[in-house]
Amino acid sequence: MELVCPAGNLPALKAAVDNGANAVYIGFRDDTNARHFAGLNFAPNKMVEGIRYARAKGVRVFIALNTYPRPDSFNRFEQAVDRAAELGVDALIAADIGVLDYASRTHPKLNLHLSVQGSATNYEALRFYREQFGIRRAVLPRVLSISQVKHVIDQSPVEIEVFAFGSLCVMVEGRCILSSYATGRSPNTYGACSPASHVEWIETDSGLDTRLGGVLIQRHPKGENVGYPTLCKGTFNTDGRIDHAIEDAVSLNAMELLPEMVAAGVKAVKIEGRQRSPVYVAQVTKIWREALDSFARNPSSFAPKPEWTAALGKVSEGAQTTLGPYHRPWQ
Amino acid sequence: MSEPQTPTAAAQNNHRPRLSLGPISYYWPKAQIDAFYAMVAEAPVDIVYLGETICSKRNQVRHEDWLAIAERLAEHGKEVVLSTLTLLEAESELKRLRAICEQTQFMVEANDMGAVHLLAGRPFAIGPSVNCYNDRTLAVLAKQGLKRWALPVELTHETLEQMQQAKPDGVETEVMAYGRLPLAYSARCFTARHKDLPKDDCRDACLDYPDGLVVKTQDEQAFLVLNGIQTQSAHTVNLLAELPTMRQLGVDILRISPQATQMEQVIALFDQALRAALDPAEASAQLNALMPVGPCDGYWHGEAGMAATAKLAPAAH
Repeated sequence: MELVCPAGNLPALKAAVDNGANAVYIGFRDDTNARHFAGLNFAPNKMVEGIRYARAKGVRVFIALNTYPRPDSFNRFEQAVDRAAELGVDALIAADIGVLDYASRTHPKLNLHLSVQGSATNYEALRFYREQFGIRRAVLPRVLSISQVKHVIDQSPVEIEVFAFGSLCVMVEGRCILSSYATGRSPNTYGACSPASHVEWIETDSGLDTRLGGVLIQRHPKGENVGYPTLCKGTFNTDGRIDHAIEDAVSLNAMELLPEMVAAGVKAVKIEGRQRSPVYVAQVTKIWREALDSFARNPSSFAPKPEWTAALGKVSEGAQTTLGPYHRPWQ
Repeated sequence: MSEPQTPTAAAQNNHRPRLSLGPISYYWPKAQIDAFYAMVAEAPVDIVYLGETICSKRNQVRHEDWLAIAERLAEHGKEVVLSTLTLLEAESELKRLRAICEQTQFMVEANDMGAVHLLAGRPFAIGPSVNCYNDRTLAVLAKQGLKRWALPVELTHETLEQMQQAKPDGVETEVMAYGRLPLAYSARCFTARHKDLPKDDCRDACLDYPDGLVVKTQDEQAFLVLNGIQTQSAHTVNLLAELPTMRQLGVDILRISPQATQMEQVIALFDQALRAALDPAEASAQLNALMPVGPCDGYWHGEAGMAATAKLAPAAH
């Protein structure tokens, strides 16, 4: 099982490599990837340095180029594909059909992964991407149960990577434009969800309101912990009921399903969080490395250690974790 | 792009987009669906998309019933297209998808790349949930047999113009011009969740909400609509005032997405504007009164999707 870890900058990449990642995924410093945040990602010279560092320790490097270019930005995406090929990365993670087409034609030796942003939830879709572009791996959206993951893998023409830890999209990735509905910017077009540029924090008599694109997302009483106003995790009024109408502020931690994931034939587990700190990357990578090693040594008696779960819980959004779609308590 | 033409100039333009009716996105009782399509059979729409695109648990109308509705509409001169499920997870869903893709009587609108794979080599359409953000994607799909694509709803008229300039020959362009915007899909059913029901035992929760369930902000702004596993905009997109621009850009089809009430009037206003019997801006203003909450048109103009620009209510500005 390959452990694929996020790196939003060089210190995070080193943290992932030093703590036991098998692969790291990174992005260029622009809107060609789905973590287009100020100050994040790799300038060209840092990318070269990062790849050299990872390679020296036998760690693979993937570049995420997983937003959807419009005609007037397609040329920049072509240049980014060329650059990734020049750098000799181990895989390019892409979502857009035009980008995949360009990459497969221009750089036939470049290893292509279908991004989670490609929204492929079934093996018929995977067959399309395999036949058209020769993709070798796909990252599944965080919407399938573990038995559905297994069913996809049984019929899939490519290896499957799944998210195992980190922030949780409750919507199918690549098919959610809630963010642009409120702000004009979405993961597909801009590479960011609920962008900080559109967040307002407004103190009121009763506490703090957080707004996104002017829309009230959260209303915090005085003294309450204030979370980031990610749109789908807001508190709304549905038919007089005030609650998280779409999703609670929780994170994914699928560690206890590791044996089932291995049995299902999952080839790689992915940690979310290129926007998080090097300290987060180091902690999460280290714990997942220990867990994978522990499982490899003794698969039949594997169980997450309480100290792992506690430590992962502390770095999770909302400080609560869930098995998310994989076990579907709500289904 | 140059300034949109005046209505008079537009009327002189020979390019007359056709009118389509998208699939019903909500869950209605069979009697309501039958009555709806009986109305549609007589209504001035050219193309009708049929089928369940949101949830495979919705079973008021089965595959054979959809085909029967399709045949009746075809007899009334409508071009019928069968629409496929957007989020495919279970094998049973793929089985139903294959049944739709294997029939050859009607063209199919693929709403997932799995459907595109099954349809490759035959003429097919793609719906707004297939991410087609550039002409290079269009070119790849055209080689597979793509005959019609729908502009993803978050894209602007400027992007559409770029797409139109580079579009492969023989591919038609459709724009969603009226309806609540499809914003997101999840494996979770938000309607069942709202009723504290498990998805597998949802007791047809969606039947209670023929226009979906409105989500308001805590300061009482209507914001989103829960429609089973889909999230829509609470506001209804209205691009009828953009008809002159759409003519200029060579848009082939304007799509209306059904709502539970007032559809005859909505269709009539589009028809009048398309026939140049009514000024598009005037027709657009009349449409705004027929919506469950109110209008928006931000995406088309490069703003937040929920924005209602001055173009929507010229009289007020």
